Amino acid sequence: MNGTRTPTAAPAARAPRTRRAVLKPQGVLLAVLLVAACVAPFQLVPFRVFQLTMVLVYAIAVLGLDLLVGRTGQISLGHGGFFAIGAYVAAVLLDRWDVPYPLTLPAALAVTFVLGFALGIPALRLRGLYLALVTMTIAIFLVPLLKRFESLTGGSMGLTLTKPDAPAWTGLAQDQWLYFCVLLVTGGATLAVAGLLRSRVGRALAAIRDNEAAAEVMGVRLSRYKTLAFAWSAMLAGAAGCVNTWVIAFVSPDSFTSTLSIMLLAGIVVGGLGSLYGPLLGGAFVFFMPTMSQGINQAAPGVISGLLIIVIMYVAPTGLAGLAGRASAARLARKK
Amino acid sequence: MSGFLTVAGLHAGYGAGRVLHGVDLTVEEGEVCAILGPNGAGKTTLLRALCGLIRTTGTVRLDGADLPRNRPEAVARRGVAHVPEGRGTFAPLTVEENLRVGAYTRRDRAAVAADIDRVYGYFPVLGKRRGQAAGSLSGGEQQMVALGRALLARPRLLLLDEPSLGLAPLVTRELFEIIRTVNRDERLTVVLVEQNAHLTLEFADRAHVLETGRIALSGAADDVRADDRVARSYLGIGG
Ligand SMILES: Nc1ncnc2c1ncn2[C@@H]1O[C@H](COP(=O)(O)OP(=O)(O)O)[C@@H](O)[C@H]1O
Ligand SMILES: [Mg+2]
Repeated sequence: MNGTRTPTAAPAARAPRTRRAVLKPQGVLLAVLLVAACVAPFQLVPFRVFQLTMVLVYAIAVLGLDLLVGRTGQISLGHGGFFAIGAYVAAVLLDRWDVPYPLTLPAALAVTFVLGFALGIPALRLRGLYLALVTMTIAIFLVPLLKRFESLTGGSMGLTLTKPDAPAWTGLAQDQWLYFCVLLVTGGATLAVAGLLRSRVGRALAAIRDNEAAAEVMGVRLSRYKTLAFAWSAMLAGAAGCVNTWVIAFVSPDSFTSTLSIMLLAGIVVGGLGSLYGPLLGGAFVFFMPTMSQGINQAAPGVISGLLIIVIMYVAPTGLAGLAGRASAARLARKK
Repeated sequence: MSGFLTVAGLHAGYGAGRVLHGVDLTVEEGEVCAILGPNGAGKTTLLRALCGLIRTTGTVRLDGADLPRNRPEAVARRGVAHVPEGRGTFAPLTVEENLRVGAYTRRDRAAVAADIDRVYGYFPVLGKRRGQAAGSLSGGEQQMVALGRALLARPRLLLLDEPSLGLAPLVTRELFEIIRTVNRDERLTVVLVEQNAHLTLEFADRAHVLETGRIALSGAADDVRADDRVARSYLGIGG
């Protein structure tokens, strides 16, 4: 289409956007959530505040994994590893160099972004189960590496830190202060992902998800987005790990059980793939499921995550992507 | 070699199955060129080969320069837009989002907005449905989305794969008329793959008949229509 040529028919009259109408109740929900989030730490006992904080921590990781699975149909069993790496980056910086707390976040983001990008390259050639197996290597390498570099990581003893106190001007207790710090990171991550999805990049991701070949012939570079999705997704898991260190003030190789990756995957399914509030539900699942199932029976958490592995592995080749497809089909039905 | 698009000795296929066995083809700038042929002749494969979706040997040149191989996104950047068989609209995206994906390689926001309005000018119904998911539209409307999306790339060469598939005859005619208008107004070169030979020969300047992976017949659309073999095989005339 070339502007200098024959003028064509006048633009069609602006039709009302059906989307506006959909946005309104979402806005109300968002406002209610925000108010509740700000009031909650003043109404709850410290232990509950801690629990809420942990839900927000895991929500960041679930949000990141959903960006990969729900939006690009790839799979990762390495996100527990990225979480652990983010946590260790923060812990080592705090323990070794006394870096101010806020600065550990960009460091954790940078490290996990680069590692995620590197893992995204083999991911271009692999799908489903094969991809799941390759991403699992992250977790396999991690523990021996952490033990090997004992002087830095504290080996199997891990590193114990002191939690940051609230600045005096806030008048907040430590648990409340940590809660708000994490809330800020979770909110920021959610806004960043929402912005990303609404941009040109988000349209490209949705196009790839729906029809790779059609997206490609429109000039979308598949390989670029697939690797970038891995990098962004790993980076968010790293951010979750980093704030986890702020809240828990302790890292050890055993803090990050091998089932974390599975729980995160299950978390996105519980929260609903490709939804923006889903990660909160998913985060709650990841945090509460192990403790609650422990109440039933000592072995229950292991049994449940074992079952989850089987289910996820069984459906992985098409399953999770298929679920994402069904989720978008459901959205489609609603848009009608 | 002259011509805007020149294809010479093009071989392509899927794995071990060869489909195209040396296609030679020239398309002049600004013309509507029809590719006719029976089911399974390799028409879709030919378009896929042109836009780099499958491996090929042979030459494909656009405006004197070779098109990149096996890199559809790079071919798109050279000004080739492809409306795939079965439309390939992005079902969960809205009509307008689909059009914006079409403008993916462009950075001139204001001109993109103007072009979106221009597409709504061609297809007023799309303007009315701009916020609706493309998957919820009728077949004809989705074909319009696919065509509009391709136009938003401001292509120099438009490849259309059986746009009439599944459309009512009247809708098809309307669509072809718009393709003609765009071709004239924007001097856009069009390669139109079709099984609907009657209507296609009415709209095209030149036509090529593809049979089992080779060009069996080429000529001006009127001459091709007059050809006995075409009349018998594709137009249902004579015996
Ligand atoms: N994705 C594919 N994989 C393998 N073979 C294919 C594929 N697509 C088409 N073919 C085969 O290639 C031949 C030509 O198909 P196609 O190009 O779709 O023909 P047309 O578009 O003219 O009907 C057919 O024999 C078909 O079975
Ligand atoms: Mg075909």
